[in-house]
Amino acid sequence: MSKANLLDRRQVVSALLANRKDVVAIGGLGASTNDITAAGDHARNFYLWGGMGGAAMIGLGLALAQPKLPVLVITGDGEMLMGMGSLATIGLQKPSNLSIAVLDNEAYGETGGQTSHTSAAADLVGVAKACGIADSRAISTMAEVEAFARALHDLSAGPRFANVKIDSANVARILPSRDGTYIVNRIRGDLGFQPI
Amino acid sequence: MHARADASDTAPNWPDDIFATLQRFDVRQVPYVPDAGHSKLIQRVLDSSTMRGIPLTTEEEGVALLAGAWTGGQRGVLLMQSSGVGNCINMLSLIPILRFPFLTLVTMRGEWGEFNPWQVPMGSTTQGVFELYGVKVLRASNAAEVPAVLEAAAAQAYNALTPTAVLLSQRLIGAKVFTK
Repeated sequence: MSKANLLDRRQVVSALLANRKDVVAIGGLGASTNDITAAGDHARNFYLWGGMGGAAMIGLGLALAQPKLPVLVITGDGEMLMGMGSLATIGLQKPSNLSIAVLDNEAYGETGGQTSHTSAAADLVGVAKACGIADSRAISTMAEVEAFARALHDLSAGPRFANVKIDSANVARILPSRDGTYIVNRIRGDLGFQPI
Repeated sequence: MHARADASDTAPNWPDDIFATLQRFDVRQVPYVPDAGHSKLIQRVLDSSTMRGIPLTTEEEGVALLAGAWTGGQRGVLLMQSSGVGNCINMLSLIPILRFPFLTLVTMRGEWGEFNPWQVPMGSTTQGVFELYGVKVLRASNAAEVPAVLEAAAAQAYNALTPTAVLLSQRLIGAKVFTK
């Protein structure tokens, strides 16, 4: 059962990417990658279909390589829990152009909806803050999502982290390309890098 | 206490050879898990104005970081110890899927005069784990061969997108000595 008054994941991701400009967006393994696709396929979308736990670190590597570009990781609570140490790594590097938004439905939606640690114990905002990411927010309204969407273009104030409580409704699967080499090379091409 | 193959008054210079090669190949991001065998190279990286040393909490973070770095146009190298290779296994799947240049330099334990039996299972299977995953393995067993091995490894990793691990043997680094 969905809890009352929780945000809709597709609305959240649409709002995060509505005015994306030059943002590079990285989806986490699972539904967040589909959410990014649902908001519109884009040459700067990085769709993750595996390597669970790696989304935030892909974001860090990209953000350090391209410090003048806003880099946004949109992932789920399960994926973020698996890579929780990466929040400490990011807190140490402090890339001011990196933002992470966790879509937290307190469940592993891809695998049958098993309860995740965020439902009862793990406070990801607290973890991110304690790892040195000073701008770590708990988000529960669309107004807060929209404020976060504006903030990610401010390249002087990151890194930033948002944990967005969403409902656990299953939504239609909108699947992007599964060809990782194509996905990476499309982003590289859009950033002006030639094939080897 | 960590005894090196070389006496302490003649610090080994093979880490300098590695650093020079990485510099020549324009390596920019150097994720690492702190490790005694890599300590001199790590210090060179942290002192560098062109490379960024990035301490990790676990080695698999480094594999994902290098994928992101390449997507953003930069080369990187992952520094770790043989035990850390085991921490990477599922994340190594990103390498063939995303086809980014992967180079890792691995200081070996559990293969030459090891004192600690807990290091042996991973140290003795490191090469096999890489090879099962399609990562080519080159090895340096003495200081004299480090420059040529590094050159070959960096060339095939960055120019031919051939994922490559260089195993820096325990014989090169020196077995860890525990004193009572």
